[in-house]
Order: sequence, then structure tokens, then C-alpha cells
Amino acid sequence: MIILVSFLIILMLVTAIAALIFKDLMSAVIASCMVSLIAAILFYFLQAPDVAMAEASIGAALVTAVFIVAIRRTKRYEE
Amino acid sequence: MRSVISIILLAVIAVGIGLSLDHVPFGEPKTKVGTHYIDKGREETGATNIVTSVVLNYRGFDTLGEVTVLFVAATGLGAVLATRRKKEKRQIEPASLVLFTGCRFLFPLILLYGTYIFIHGHLTPGGGFQGGAIIASAFVLVYLGCRGRRISETGSKTIESLGGLAFIIIGLVGLAVGGHYFLSNYLPKGELNTLFSAGVIPIIYIAIGFKVGSELAGVIDHLVEESE
Repeated sequence: MIILVSFLIILMLVTAIAALIFKDLMSAVIASCMVSLIAAILFYFLQAPDVAMAEASIGAALVTAVFIVAIRRTKRYEE
Repeated sequence: MRSVISIILLAVIAVGIGLSLDHVPFGEPKTKVGTHYIDKGREETGATNIVTSVVLNYRGFDTLGEVTVLFVAATGLGAVLATRRKKEKRQIEPASLVLFTGCRFLFPLILLYGTYIFIHGHLTPGGGFQGGAIIASAFVLVYLGCRGRRISETGSKTIESLGGLAFIIIGLVGLAVGGHYFLSNYLPKGELNTLFSAGVIPIIYIAIGFKVGSELAGVIDHLVEESE
């Protein structure tokens, strides 16, 4: 259990840093979506299923959709 | 150079927060009110999900504030993006067959799941906000797969307004009939662990679910329409 949680936390950190580094903004949005998903799993492990549900549906689905719409409207690649 | 300074600054802030949180015991009850909710919450509200009993019964007024914040945000976005444009039929590239069929298959299931979550908010984890967000994500799927389809703007506005109105009217009736405070639980509590229990809580959560779902779907609709 502790190994799984540590692995998830490290994965979350890696995806969060990847979201900062990526020049392709679409990849960055998908990485931040992964951060939200892993956060939702961790909330579930911390016995907070209500928060996990909100995080998964808003953080992973709706925010990603809003960002993707914004990217389609502007530029995809960062200079 | 600037990044080095910012990293040092971040490290200083992190150490400060860590040192100040070091003395706070983790996970131990620091106030009496939390233990009261856990011990007495079920008898007092009739809701099995303690989170729901806190959100809608003990702290119902805060939830009204949250709903208002969401409403103001959605209205502000609508005001910013309100462009009375000619509705000319643009050529929209259709989605692939796999995506189209998948969306048509999944849309009612996701709707059903969201509805289940906010109707059973007082029994199982979840509630109006979560269920509403899931319903809005179903509409995101529709915009992805069945391009050119739009939700009716007047319909979503009407549902949203009716949901908010129902919340406030139930609260005001509670003020008049039940106890001496806004949003008091005046309906019979019923039997624990059944769908028709916990008084006004499921009714308010259904209203919130409709309201949040139509609001977030309206936000997505505004943005998608603006980007085409």
C-alpha cells in the first residue's frame, strides 16, 4: 500500500513537472489532467471519495476540456 | 538567475510552512464539533453520508454561497463571451464513426451515473456538485462526438434558475415552518439507509445537481461556440 502510494506521488510530481516543461501545450494539458487523476486516486486512498469524485470530474474532465478549447482558439506550440 | 532566485524563494516558503505545520498533530481531532458530527450526525440529520449531512444540514448556508459563486462565475463568462453573431451554418468536420458511435453509446450511461450520484447523495459518496460535474462532462462528450449539436440555451438557463429557486424556496419554507433558522430540516427523517430519508437533503441535492449540471454545460457550450 505504502509503495503504491509513494509510486503515485512520484508519478504525480513527474507529470506536474512535465506539464511545466512541455512546449506542446496540448501535451501539457494532458499531463495536468493526469495530475488531477492521480490526485483523485490519492484522495480515494485517503478515504475521501467525495473529494475524489469532484477532483476526477472537474479537474480531469471539465478543466481539460476548457483548456483544449482555449488551445484550439489560440496557438498550440509555445515559443 | 531569476529562476535560481525563485527556487530559493520557494524553498524558503516551503521550509517556513513545514516548520509551522510541524507542531500541529496530524489527523487528530482539534475541535469538538467534528466529533459531534461523527457521533450525532446520523440521528440528527438522517443522512448516512456524514459529508452530506455537514454540507447540506449543518452548513447549508455555506453551500448556498458556493452555489451563488458558481452562478456568478457562469453568468460572468456568459457576459464576456456574449457575441450576437450571425448563426451561419459553418462546415463542421464530422467526427469519425468510432467516436460518434462511442459518444452515442456512452452519453446516456454517463447521464444516468451523474443522476444516480446526486440522487443518492445522502447515502453514498458524492452529491449535487459531483453529479452535476459528471453530467456536464457528458455534454463535453457530445460536443466531441456529435459536432454541430448544441444544448438549448433557454432550456439550460431555465433549469439553472429553477434549481436555484428551489434551493432558496426550500430554505425559506424551513425558516417559516421548521426550526428558527434558514434551511432547517423540517421534513420527516425517515428510515436510515433508504432513498426516501433525511428530509429535505435529497430534494436540495437534486436541485443542486440540475443547477450545477446545466451551469457547467452552459459554460462549456459558450466556450465551444466561441471557438468555432
